[in-house]
Amino acid sequence: MVQTRTVEIAVGAFVAAGLGALFVLAMKVSSIGALDVADGYELVARFDNVGGLKVRAPVTVGGVKVGRVVAIDYDMDRYEAVVHMRIDRRYDRFPADTSASILTAGLLGEQYVGLEPGGEERYLGDGDEIRLTQSALVLEKIIGQFLYSKAAGGGAK
Amino acid sequence: MGAAAGAEPLWPAGVSGREGAVTAWLQRLGRRGIGFFERLGRGHLFLLRVLAALPAALARPRLLVAQLHAVGVRTLLIIGVSGLFVGMVLGLQGYNTLVDFGAEESLGVVVALSLVRELGPVVSALLFAGRAGSALTAEIGLMKATEQLSGMEMMAVDPLERVVAPRFVAGLVAMPLLAAIFSVVGVYGGWFVGVGLLGVDDGAFWSQMQAQVDLHDDVYNGVVKSLVFGFVASWIALFEGYDAVPTSEGVGRATTRTVVHTALAVLGLDFVLTALMFE
Repeated sequence: MVQTRTVEIAVGAFVAAGLGALFVLAMKVSSIGALDVADGYELVARFDNVGGLKVRAPVTVGGVKVGRVVAIDYDMDRYEAVVHMRIDRRYDRFPADTSASILTAGLLGEQYVGLEPGGEERYLGDGDEIRLTQSALVLEKIIGQFLYSKAAGGGAK
Repeated sequence: MGAAAGAEPLWPAGVSGREGAVTAWLQRLGRRGIGFFERLGRGHLFLLRVLAALPAALARPRLLVAQLHAVGVRTLLIIGVSGLFVGMVLGLQGYNTLVDFGAEESLGVVVALSLVRELGPVVSALLFAGRAGSALTAEIGLMKATEQLSGMEMMAVDPLERVVAPRFVAGLVAMPLLAAIFSVVGVYGGWFVGVGLLGVDDGAFWSQMQAQVDLHDDVYNGVVKSLVFGFVASWIALFEGYDAVPTSEGVGRATTRTVVHTALAVLGLDFVLTALMFE
């Protein structure tokens, strides 16, 4: 009987350790606890070009993560990309003239949405649209412009 | 054959031994090929019978607990120690590579992704085959050799329900848990080397990991992988034991085959699963 009991205790401990490990994988190794914005409100921004922005990309203000991108659509009427962002409820007083731009973390890092608070006294609420936006910088375009201006400058000389 | 023998003999009398050897070789090849398909078919029919016996096995949780102990608890030590060292090696190698690019803060991502996606499920399945699978084959093979299985049948006890199915369920349950433990221990091993010994920033290690490792894409798919491996490893081990030639030599061969076939199946399946999961 003692034998069976030890076996049962050992198996119980084993299963608990395994489930605990799965829990650690979910909470500590992956991002579920730190980044999910379950309780939040949605903001919309329109861009000419979102570059390599992906769903679940972070939304930051002054370098602080306040939310994440939940959906990216394309508006066939206005020919613009529409980015839906979910912002944490704690950060609910962004002025109505806040601007959004798509930035890149580091030289080759992933892209994220950076918000820049404006000065108006009205605040953005759930579903509101951010009017002032700046598209992603596409490297090829910048190089193209650079070469073009270089060539134009060289021709004038 | 009959027609050839009726008209004129296939080989003239006094044919050299060379052609006889070729026929013998062809016959052996054919026998091998037929034997392969025969075993493949037997293996799948065996799986069907085990699956049919599952409800009866689940009705006896006692047997299941005993098998979980044999298959899971006793594999825990080798899984934990291997996970620790694999994680530490990943930390060391990853650091040496990443530091050249000034990206040693990404060490946590490298260690966690390698473990959760690949090394956790695969290495623990290989260890499982060596530690638990071989033991299962030997145990069941010996039961067959000593006619315990036929004895059970004579007492109207189905050995598939009583012996095989509980072991199958135990392998299926134990494998994902073992793989998860392997990954977590490995992550802490990598953390110990990276943060503790080599001076990577603690906050960056965890936060980069949390930012890059996805619950669904990485963790969940890793668990699915280990479930599949547990299924295959238990199936192969039990079938080899159940199908072993009932002699001491036969049981020995079956045990070897279990380890070799499980390793091949796990590595091959890993490629297929990876191709399906991480496009």
